[in-house]
Amino acid sequence: MKKIMSGNEAIARGAYEAGVRVAAAYPGTPSTEIMENISREYKDIYAEWSPNEKVALEVVAGASMAGARAMASMKHVGLNVAADPFMTLSYVGVNGGLVLITCDDPELYSSQNEQDNRNYAKFAKVPMFEPSDSQEAKDFTKLAFEVSEEFDTPVMVRSVTRISHAKGIVELGEPVVPPVSVEIRKQTEKFTMLPSFARIRHRVMEERLLKLKDFAEQFSGNQMEINDPTVGIITAGISYQYAKEVFPDYSYLKLGMVWPLPKRLIGEFFRKVKKVYVIEELDPFLEENIRAMGFRPKGGKDRFPICGELNPLIVEKGVLGKRFKAPQPVFTGSVPPRPPNLCPGCPHRGVFAVLKKLKVYTAGDIGCYTLGGYPPLSVIHSNVCMGSSIGAVHGMAKALGEKGRGKIVGVIGDSTFLHAGVHPLMNVCYNKSYATIIILDNRTTGMTGSQEHPGTGYTIRGEKTHKIDFIELGRALGIENPRRVNPWNLEETEKVVREEIEKEEPSLIVSEGPCMLLRRAFKKLNKPLRVDETLCVGCKTCVNLGCPAISYQPVEGEMAFTAEGKKRKGIARIDPTLCPGCHLCYQVCKFGAIQSGEERPIFGFETV
Amino acid sequence: MEDLTTNILLAGVGGQGVILASDIMSEVFMGAGYDVKKSEVHGMAMRGGIVTSHFRFGKKVYSPLIKEGEVDILFAFEQLEGLRWLNHLRPQGKVIINDHKINPPIVNLGEMEYPRDIPEIVRSRFKDFYLVKGTEIALQIGDVRAANVVLLGAISKFFEVAESLWLETILKHLPPKVHELNQKAFAAGREQISRS
Repeated sequence: MKKIMSGNEAIARGAYEAGVRVAAAYPGTPSTEIMENISREYKDIYAEWSPNEKVALEVVAGASMAGARAMASMKHVGLNVAADPFMTLSYVGVNGGLVLITCDDPELYSSQNEQDNRNYAKFAKVPMFEPSDSQEAKDFTKLAFEVSEEFDTPVMVRSVTRISHAKGIVELGEPVVPPVSVEIRKQTEKFTMLPSFARIRHRVMEERLLKLKDFAEQFSGNQMEINDPTVGIITAGISYQYAKEVFPDYSYLKLGMVWPLPKRLIGEFFRKVKKVYVIEELDPFLEENIRAMGFRPKGGKDRFPICGELNPLIVEKGVLGKRFKAPQPVFTGSVPPRPPNLCPGCPHRGVFAVLKKLKVYTAGDIGCYTLGGYPPLSVIHSNVCMGSSIGAVHGMAKALGEKGRGKIVGVIGDSTFLHAGVHPLMNVCYNKSYATIIILDNRTTGMTGSQEHPGTGYTIRGEKTHKIDFIELGRALGIENPRRVNPWNLEETEKVVREEIEKEEPSLIVSEGPCMLLRRAFKKLNKPLRVDETLCVGCKTCVNLGCPAISYQPVEGEMAFTAEGKKRKGIARIDPTLCPGCHLCYQVCKFGAIQSGEERPIFGFETV
Repeated sequence: MEDLTTNILLAGVGGQGVILASDIMSEVFMGAGYDVKKSEVHGMAMRGGIVTSHFRFGKKVYSPLIKEGEVDILFAFEQLEGLRWLNHLRPQGKVIINDHKINPPIVNLGEMEYPRDIPEIVRSRFKDFYLVKGTEIALQIGDVRAANVVLLGAISKFFEVAESLWLETILKHLPPKVHELNQKAFAAGREQISRS
């Protein structure tokens, strides 16, 4: 049977066909849909959202020790979090097949960096497969489990955004029954990395890598296509598709396995073609390793950029060099940009409006709220990685001393806090700084499209479970008096933030406003608000909340005056189809020009 | 079957149903016997930002991305997003644009104007141009969310694929209670092209 599948759907299918028993992940673009698909489509697989990638990898490692096939999936930067178990899992190996899916994000569509995780395969000395379309995404995932068991090693499969989120036709297969039985095995010397045992395992790992090199020479996914022998292209993954698209007649060495590399096969290719180009996205990973083998490609990163993703045009330009003719633009006028934006009614907006008014330095974190760094809000001043806001505020407070008190806060989402914020907050309390941390609790992992986490009260499959209470957790970590605010009530939020940032001791504020896309959290939305055009002076205060429902429109003639005869250049408008009625704009208007659609104004929403 | 691959660039704003429309198109053309590939970006880019979907079908498709300058049909769900990708078209390309405007934040803030006369700019460069009242018709029929189905109706007129295959595929993606409405939307979209 054939089906159109995204790379992520195909990876999930591959896991199913391989007989995976345990799968764990933390959401992260572009990897999220792998676990969503497993959870939705393949009920025989135990699936979970773990609090972070390190936990996810440790969970699947445990399952593998028990003999089950197990898979963890994560975005590229997620592997930084999971790097600690990963580097040593390579020593201990597996019982049941253990596969780690890394989804890299060249071009940073939704990431903080564009690191190339092929480097992790070399670093950890584990084999890595790299599919070039959905069919291979399924086939390589399935194969990865067999290789894992055969060579007693974790195996990586690397995807990128254009594999994970591209769709193609996939031929489906049937699930297999894995050969390894699931039971308790006490194998202390294999799995307990005391130095004396680890020294032995290190040697085992090095010997394994040699065997994997022989495997790579024979692997059918490393394909040589000899066509026109004047030009040969060594490539892998999505770059193969771009190159094949523009140069269908050249010769190719397409590597389905990017670590370790097949030296003899590469040598054979160099002998069969006249000049070789190495075409790969991001780092010169293949190129450097091929050069280190003593081969001399004609071109690599001198022709194809390291930064950003490739596409057919960039590949064509790199190969043709001066002979390349760029397409002529037919339109050269300016087109207004359209950056992503916080949704109408978003609970983060109220907190940001207050922070902007207080002119504080705000350390941000990973999530939708980083969008508060864009104008007109422009309130996020730093953001490095998951959980980094809290350490940043603490370190700044220690550096600045009294000079910084009342002037710095950190904001972090609920899911991000549980992922990597608990330890830094523990540190704030333990090492006593005046840091003020605001948890923007919108009851979901918002940016990646609404996934559950330990603070929502539900598992990935919607079962009810223990729900973490952020106030109690804050207390346990050492916050004396954690506070709650309704982020849609500006006066209340401002009062609480002002009080807390002035304190000498650590503060925790929990902003309780569900994500507007999490419909189950709302009893109902409010009626849209309305601008009284006779009263609006066009001051743009409401417009500068950056709400997509509010626009500023220039006015002329009769319209250039308010009812009281005040001159104005424009007026605000509210789009009733977009406005959910949060009433933030109502609260910031000093002229009473914004009118509630409700009998009495409601600051925020009736939530469940 | 022709050897050539057909390249369609769908463009719009997050929430307009661009990705669902390209999913439906992929299934329709796979059903008609073609190889298909498509590519889009999820995640951060969707929060009211630009959404594009590259959709390609043919005998054998390699790249999921269309090479700049080789778009055969630009299929835009919003005027400004039509303008934004105009340079990706082939010189003889076809342009289908939904006659609808959504202000980007910078226009809402009053710092830039929404470009005037987009249909004229397009028409002066591409003769094969269709301005479709997708959103307007969907509102008349009774649900603005059906705008993407009106637009699918419009684009369906340009291919020799059975109308029934289009309709079946569309309805498969929608709950039964909106089937009748979307059948009307699809027919109205086809009508838009017949008339122009």
